[in-house]
Amino acid sequence: MAKMKALICRECGKEYPTKAIHVCELCFGPLEVKYNYEEIKQNISRKKIESGPHSMWRYIDLLPVEGAPSVGPHAGFTPMVRAKNLGAFLGLDELYIKNDTVNHPTLSFKDRVVAVALTRARELGFETVACASTGNLANSVAAHAAAAGMRCYVFIPGDLEAAKVLGNLIYKPNVVEVEGNYDDVNRLCSEIAGEHKWAFVNINIRPYYAEGSKTLAFETVEQLGWRAPDQVVIPMASGSLLTKIKKGLQEMETLGLIGKVKTKINGAQAEGCSPISTAFKEGRDFFRPVKPKTIAKSLAIGNPADGYYALKATAETGGAMDMVSDEEVVEGIKLLAQTEGIFAETAGGVTIGVLQKLVKQGIIKKGDVTVAYITGNGLKTQEAVIDAVGRPVRIQPSLVNFEKTFKMGKNGGADA
Amino acid sequence: MIKVRIPTPLRPLTKGQGEVEAKGANIEEMVDHLEGAHPGIKGRLCDEKGELRRFVNIYVNEEDIRFLKGKDTTLKDGDEVSIVPAIAGGN
Repeated sequence: MAKMKALICRECGKEYPTKAIHVCELCFGPLEVKYNYEEIKQNISRKKIESGPHSMWRYIDLLPVEGAPSVGPHAGFTPMVRAKNLGAFLGLDELYIKNDTVNHPTLSFKDRVVAVALTRARELGFETVACASTGNLANSVAAHAAAAGMRCYVFIPGDLEAAKVLGNLIYKPNVVEVEGNYDDVNRLCSEIAGEHKWAFVNINIRPYYAEGSKTLAFETVEQLGWRAPDQVVIPMASGSLLTKIKKGLQEMETLGLIGKVKTKINGAQAEGCSPISTAFKEGRDFFRPVKPKTIAKSLAIGNPADGYYALKATAETGGAMDMVSDEEVVEGIKLLAQTEGIFAETAGGVTIGVLQKLVKQGIIKKGDVTVAYITGNGLKTQEAVIDAVGRPVRIQPSLVNFEKTFKMGKNGGADA
Repeated sequence: MIKVRIPTPLRPLTKGQGEVEAKGANIEEMVDHLEGAHPGIKGRLCDEKGELRRFVNIYVNEEDIRFLKGKDTTLKDGDEVSIVPAIAGGN
């Protein structure tokens, strides 16, 4: 029997074959992959995983593909950084940064989901791939499609950062810039997906694509020495990543790879687009869509498809949600860079800002083993910090001039 | 007349048509009118209490009705309505 049993509606439980479909035809609920855990349990072990490839594919037994990975073989298995300096600054004994700023090949966690999505799309016989994206997803789809020799269309909002636009064009996909925000792009793509037989990674391939995010949870457990953290802080746009990290941790428990998981799942948004965090703070289990206005453009989804499930996941684990201003996003980016040497994009600033808030509020405690997920690279969102980092010190090419500028004497002075 | 774009999962109810015409002074009336022409469609869009289902997004002339008046959003001749299942991107 195969490891995938079916696709199942998260709302009404109706089952479907494992094809390129994402919505329940009865109730419009989202479909997700239903696995044969009994069989997977027979095949999986810590030892088998540890001897697997140095990529996210070491967890292939828990990923929704039938054969070997045909796209994105190097994605994942990014560093888990013990953040001693940032931990000391915040007052945490054991803080880790899961550093997906260096994911291969496009420097964001999207390389994980796209590796799964395109491998599955090929298995289902597609030759053209497409996506609606706030930037990182488009970059990753474009790069992987180039390497896989697939035709590619990426749809992006009209106001993206220059590096994220260029990061598409270089791979020569069809880049479609839509006049509007991400939610407009999303709606348009959903309608296009109904007309063209393409693999839209975050539409008709979404049940498979989203599962790739679980590998962040698997790696967390393995890299911490086969234990689940006490607290995690996760940036939210659609809310999908948060729900999948929870699912990944649960699967580790279900398969007996670790004991009972007690991880508190915390969600982070920017104030200018915080439909999920706002609902959480107001004690609602539903969100109201918003019109995004924030520098954290990769999180600027006003109508988050998994918002409802993210609220549920956080509440079930006793976690919390919060949001930070654009100024705090910039401060968060600088803090991470200046304590740990990691340059995160704006979403990372959101995560660090909210982490700081949750520590201050006593929600995350000194002794809690805490993991913060940094999902994208700062070189892609330079506009956000360009006015906040100062300028280089400019001098004439002379030793005297240098030492005068830095007020140094010979063999000592400022650096002694 | 109002033009209504039908998503793939509902097309079996509209004989495969991706676009149909409907009448109604607001979204609620439009849904009732669609039900008359394409029986079964209301049950897909609305729950037992007649409320729009959580994952159903309806747009009037490209604007999400949750930014307008929800089910009471008024419609006029020539308006274009899109029915779209929720999808996701970003983080």
